[in-house]
Amino acid sequence: MSSSTFSTRAGAFALSLLLTAGVTVGCTSDDESSGKAGDPVSCSPEKLPDAIAADTVKAADTKGTTVKLVTHESFTPSKGIFDSFTRETGIQVEVVKSDDAGSLVSQAVLTAGNPVGDVLFGIDNTFLCRGTKKGVFVPYRPAALDDVPKALQLAEDDLATPIDVGDVCLNYSKSEFPDGKGAPVGLDDLKKKSFEDAFVTENPETSSPGMAFLLATIATYGEDGWEQYWKDLRANGVKVTNGWSEAYETEFGGGSGERSIVTSYASSPVADVVYSAPVRETPNIGVVADSCFRQVEFAGILRGTKHPEAAAKVVDFLLSPTFQSDIPLSMFVAPVNPKAEIPAEFEAHATEIADPITMSPGEIEAGRDAWTETWTEIVLR
Amino acid sequence: MTVPTVGQRRSWSARLAWAAAAVVPIAFLLVFFAYPVGSIIEHGFREGSILDVVRRTRTGRLLWFTTWQAILSTVVTFVIGLPAAWAIGTMKVPARRIIRALLIVPFVLPTLVVAAALRAVFEVIGLDLNHSVLAIVIAHAMLNAAVVIRIVGGYWSLLDHRSEEAARVLGASWWRATREVTLPALAPALWSAAAIVFLFCFTSFGIILTVGGPANPTIETEIWRYAVRRTEFAAAAALAVIQLVAVVALIVTTNVLERRTQTGGTARPRSLRPIRSRRQKVAVSAALLPASIFLLVPLGVLLERSLSFGGGYGFGHYRALSKTSGGTLFVPAADAIGNSLWAASAACFAAVVIGGLASVLVVHRRWGRALDVGLMVPLGTSAVTVGFGMLVAFGTPPVDWRSSWALIPLAQALVGIPFVIRSVVPALRSVDERQREAAAVLGASPRKVRMLVDGPVAVRALLVGAAFSFAISLGEFGATSFLVRPERPTVPTAMFRLLSHPGEALQGQAMALGTVLAVLSALSVLVIERLRPNDAVGW
Repeated sequence: MSSSTFSTRAGAFALSLLLTAGVTVGCTSDDESSGKAGDPVSCSPEKLPDAIAADTVKAADTKGTTVKLVTHESFTPSKGIFDSFTRETGIQVEVVKSDDAGSLVSQAVLTAGNPVGDVLFGIDNTFLCRGTKKGVFVPYRPAALDDVPKALQLAEDDLATPIDVGDVCLNYSKSEFPDGKGAPVGLDDLKKKSFEDAFVTENPETSSPGMAFLLATIATYGEDGWEQYWKDLRANGVKVTNGWSEAYETEFGGGSGERSIVTSYASSPVADVVYSAPVRETPNIGVVADSCFRQVEFAGILRGTKHPEAAAKVVDFLLSPTFQSDIPLSMFVAPVNPKAEIPAEFEAHATEIADPITMSPGEIEAGRDAWTETWTEIVLR
Repeated sequence: MTVPTVGQRRSWSARLAWAAAAVVPIAFLLVFFAYPVGSIIEHGFREGSILDVVRRTRTGRLLWFTTWQAILSTVVTFVIGLPAAWAIGTMKVPARRIIRALLIVPFVLPTLVVAAALRAVFEVIGLDLNHSVLAIVIAHAMLNAAVVIRIVGGYWSLLDHRSEEAARVLGASWWRATREVTLPALAPALWSAAAIVFLFCFTSFGIILTVGGPANPTIETEIWRYAVRRTEFAAAAALAVIQLVAVVALIVTTNVLERRTQTGGTARPRSLRPIRSRRQKVAVSAALLPASIFLLVPLGVLLERSLSFGGGYGFGHYRALSKTSGGTLFVPAADAIGNSLWAASAACFAAVVIGGLASVLVVHRRWGRALDVGLMVPLGTSAVTVGFGMLVAFGTPPVDWRSSWALIPLAQALVGIPFVIRSVVPALRSVDERQREAAAVLGASPRKVRMLVDGPVAVRALLVGAAFSFAISLGEFGATSFLVRPERPTVPTAMFRLLSHPGEALQGQAMALGTVLAVLSALSVLVIERLRPNDAVGW
């Protein structure tokens, strides 16, 4: 740190203190945006960096390089997963973590061009466009991407690579609705009197599943209908928490709480069985298949990395069958690579969502801020 | 030093010594606080106009709500904490060391546990106050009562109780003696504790989000929402500046009050009063009751959850913790505990050294007051501001230490230092000037006076601060959640990992780990307090 940067920054800081102190008094204007979304925005940065070419990656000698993989706290692959990769490429992978996916993305945007690490894993389709647009990533197309279904290749200009896919769905308690009898079958049901005070969901402004569920309602009811839908939900006693834990563990009680319907994941029944205590064979919770919003998590090479080729090799590895087969039971999401092996436990209890609700990253970016403000106005005030 | 010009030389070397002592805290504050915070605010203001932001974010209403919930929380914290401070600080309460150590536990409890405890209470009394302001206030009091009990109680044990007794003998009622003799004498510690509690409530994050629910945002949670969830750094920076202005104003005010109320009275460690009569017994029990309830309820809920296993009770979750491998979500408990203890020790050490030096400067040098105010500000600054600020500020080559493990204890020390200062400064100020003079007359050098007279008083107060900074670090308060960290699980991050997946085994293990954390923090406090020299009596 040079002393001159410090003094100018400190000066700017002092100045801003004065300015704001004078400005803030008595400003409580309330006008909010109307919640109208425009057309989808472009998700490419103003200046697209040159792509990392696959053949230079193949040719590069990466022995002795250390690649920093920046990710969130829920990145929990099996121990030693990178060992075979290190043996083959000579690359050490050092994992550094942010609190959650939201922090991860905003930190990446904040440090775009001067990144904390080389590769980022854990930006999902709801945040993807914001990250790519703000110039966080360098384009790279791994060869294995050709095997991945087109519907999951959502990043413009190969700015990020899909790694795993999961669905945010309504979950219901099987003790309240044995064998799913009487459980809701779609979003519309939540408005029914029979589900009064039964539903708990998360604040889209503070929680990723909450955001996914809001997007599901907007995609289903459209610009003209979603606001009324939420007014109806409010009238029917929807409860909103700020975080998934509070909604799922406390209000829903893992299937035995006060609320019998919750916004969670399609894979919740898998974890419910794998981490049951004492051990159970059948899950306590069911999934409403027609309520699911698809979440895809991406990895990208951070612009400004000193080791682009080694970073590209790490992305290749994340897409390889070795890593992809580890994903289901370590992170409770599905791999995107069809060549991955799916463990029996996952296959047995995960609900296959044939026709999930989706929205393009560009549409999400265009609407997101206005939608959440309108939502806050409707549901919380 | 047998040179004739001793006086001159001494003042020179003294000046040099003061300057050397000042370098460490000032440099720390500038490098790890002012520079990062300045950087992030500057970054934010490059992105958008302040006026627009202030208009959009309902700033007036936010500031008002944030302030009044913090004031109310502080008042309730004092109502709960003050009687207990009296009992613990002045009476020979049985097992008071253990009680005092236990009181620190709520500090390390994850907010989900506190929230669950509150719900349990609300269920018992048949009132659903979840997601209400009242719930926020109760939760804040639960967490912060320890601050009042330890800071005020610690000071109380230094007060000469003869004036209070004299007042009673001369016919003053208990209330009058309390109001006119005891409270004025206690005032500096009261203001100290009030400032800390208020700042904690003003910048409270987890409690507001979880217990307060989505409809009760404060400046702190809005800074987080704008910076982390919306990537709108201009809005976050504007709110951060408002928070800073409010916090600096408050700190300066309480600082003046703390000094004005300094009676210049005498402080000498006094012996505790034995509990003899039945009346005293009743009074002590009544004084301890509210604080005990606030302590035992969350602990009880935590313990109950950690032991509940498949419809009954057992040690299943603890057994799972003691294994060395499990699913991928599993973190070996020993590793997490080791990492946590290491980070907490480092943070505590930094806080004690920097806070200790600063305290001496605050008391003995007039310009020290500015340092006092400066070092309090981090306590009232949003964790996002500091954490993101460090990311922006420390990324300049050649040294990129943004993902360095060392940043974590240093960021935690920022929160621990004010506790050290707020415990030590009132104690040092209360040292009887006559004792210093007597020592000087008897031939002691100024340095020796400070060592012999100030020393014992300071050490005891220092340990109170040390205990807090250790506990804060164990529970991972503050900026550390918004830094990037190397993959090295601590107890709180392991709990977070367990709690963020479905499955009752994980929930149970998280609660078991939480219980371990609670025991660990109480034990650490006992050990820290054992470190004090033998000649320090009483507190």
